[in-house]
Amino acid sequence: MVLRRGTPVCQSRSVWIVSAGATGKADDIVDLMEYQAKELFAKHGVPVTLGTVVENAEDASAAAKALGGKVVVKAQVKTGGRGKAGGVKLATDPADAVAKAGEILGMDIKGHTVRRVLLAPAADIAEEYYFSFLVDRANRNYLCIASTEGGVEIEVTAQENPDAVAKVSIDPLVGVDDAKAREIVDATGFGDDIADEAVGLIQKLWTVFIEEDASLVEVNPLVKLGDGHLEALDGKITLDDNADFRHDDHAAFEDKAAADPLEAEAKAKGLNYVKLDGEVGIIGNGAGLVMSTLDVVAYAGEKHGGVKPANFLDIGGGASAEVMANGLHIILGDPQVKSVFVNVFGGITACDAVANGIVNALDLLGDEANKPLVVRLDGNNVVEGRRILDEAAHPLVTMVDTMDGAADRAAELATS
Amino acid sequence: MAIFLTEQSKVIVQGMTGSEGSKHTQRMLDSGTSIVGGVTPKKGGQTVDFEGASVPVFNSVAEAVEATGADVSVVFVPPRFTKGAVVESVDAGVPLIVVITEGVPVKDTAELFAYAQSKGTSRVIGPNCPGLISPGKSNAGIIPADITSAGRVGLVSKSGTLTYQMMYELRDFGFSSAIGIGGDPIIGTTHIDALQAFQDDADTDAIVMIGEIGGDAEERAAAYIKDNITKPVVGYVAGFTAPEGKTMGHAGAIVSGSSGTAEAKKEALEAAGVKVGKTPSETAQLMRQLLER
Repeated sequence: MVLRRGTPVCQSRSVWIVSAGATGKADDIVDLMEYQAKELFAKHGVPVTLGTVVENAEDASAAAKALGGKVVVKAQVKTGGRGKAGGVKLATDPADAVAKAGEILGMDIKGHTVRRVLLAPAADIAEEYYFSFLVDRANRNYLCIASTEGGVEIEVTAQENPDAVAKVSIDPLVGVDDAKAREIVDATGFGDDIADEAVGLIQKLWTVFIEEDASLVEVNPLVKLGDGHLEALDGKITLDDNADFRHDDHAAFEDKAAADPLEAEAKAKGLNYVKLDGEVGIIGNGAGLVMSTLDVVAYAGEKHGGVKPANFLDIGGGASAEVMANGLHIILGDPQVKSVFVNVFGGITACDAVANGIVNALDLLGDEANKPLVVRLDGNNVVEGRRILDEAAHPLVTMVDTMDGAADRAAELATS
Repeated sequence: MAIFLTEQSKVIVQGMTGSEGSKHTQRMLDSGTSIVGGVTPKKGGQTVDFEGASVPVFNSVAEAVEATGADVSVVFVPPRFTKGAVVESVDAGVPLIVVITEGVPVKDTAELFAYAQSKGTSRVIGPNCPGLISPGKSNAGIIPADITSAGRVGLVSKSGTLTYQMMYELRDFGFSSAIGIGGDPIIGTTHIDALQAFQDDADTDAIVMIGEIGGDAEERAAAYIKDNITKPVVGYVAGFTAPEGKTMGHAGAIVSGSSGTAEAKKEALEAAGVKVGKTPSETAQLMRQLLER
């Protein structure tokens, strides 16, 4: 389960909100920045110009000089639409590179702060294409999408000129061999002059996709240079972190600085937590139930001054005192939180264990526990669970039998 | 009848000797499942004593199938071995393979699903799912058997705990089968597969379908319902208030052609004649009204 945050525009990447079914997991996918994607391209022989990454504007001067003076300065953020947002600028000389880097560093692009820029030599572009490999959820295999109209948003091309967008399905058991690469080249309509080179490059991109366990490899634009050769001028890669066990080197791609501090702390403790903007802290078990809890609290909040859920937190199957204490600690660390709703359906998890977890967690937290807790328990061993909470009679804890009723009470408490 | 899993089902457990595997084998046995064997390489010939049953362990699925006539395998092996385990079951001709394991790389799932499709003899459910239960008959996976009993409602859901919640909400009616299909990008059995099976099942009168934000499986299911399902369907979609996701690439938009939001899914389902509840309890109430009419 991933609730990915931040963007003002709704786009429908099939991987952007991933549900994880039985037991949620913090982050199933990892987006790479352009320079990281290009490193993986280079590793597998895809033609790229790596350029130089700088974090301070002053460093751009020497970097630009080494690259020949005239460079493109590109914001390195894990989101699209950088160009439109002003995050890609041409610099005419090293002094200009410093100025442009200074303008771009610190910029906010769709909620992402720019902390690094990539300096790359200005390319001599003859033609621009679009190319991607991705997981096709609907057909449960892979898909190649390619177009000779690159450098623009592919959604726009797909809408305005659908015939210009080639879609080629890929059998996971066969992959992209010579014949499939040739089929893609023909379907896309690459010119004869670059067809053979494209066949080779497409197979190298496929190697990146498969060997790095990516769920998306996108090149926009893929370009034909003035000398007639192809090059990946940009790169987007989304990695599947379920496959981290076979990629020790992928850990280096994680962008720890960009994470919300509470989210980073939660992740360090193995909790699946996403910070939201609201007043009712939420703890539940199972990604689907927690998502549903957010909805029910938001509806209840409409009757109580518009209070909203403050977070997503899935404690999964284990509801030990430690997990519960860690969860409560994170939630109470959010100054916006006014009340907490613990919503557990005991499937495998027994409600008595959850009840003991809550009681012991409140002991562990001591004075830190200072917000009212509404608890709804149902399912496995619920009678014993409720008895334990009744007996503990903690002044902060209210038990409510139904999910809707408990959400209403938690929302009400958040306003008082 | 029920879907996919009946009292005749003979179940083996791949990874039965591991901690999760043995815990849930006991639970499956307790709920009346006929567990005929476990598979753990190099541990063949042993017997594991559970409360109420001794279960033989085999080195391979092929050996287990030959000795027991098993027709269902429940997979609890760790993610890095999951693809191999499923391929082994497909090769042994097991008709139903239920993959509980969470955290399977999508590439492995793509390959194991394509392999099962190419053989055409196995249905895969999951991965990363709670499995399925036909209450009172058999239980293949981790769905608690004591929430409710046999009845005439069919349930298909992406989410585990929401499956349990909905079974609980409708516990007085009971279920023909309840199936958790999982929410990974690629899954072996979809909402559509389960809907069709419930449509064809004489013991199912009405269907509850639970979805979540992301992807366009619910939209596709809606289109399928409109054309193929005549039994009443009630729906629920979790994630109305979830924040919108950040995006990086753009290719998926063209593939799905849907925004993936709960609202879009609700609209698609309602356009197909499905009544959609705003909360689990409201959804149960809609089903209640249908059944009591």
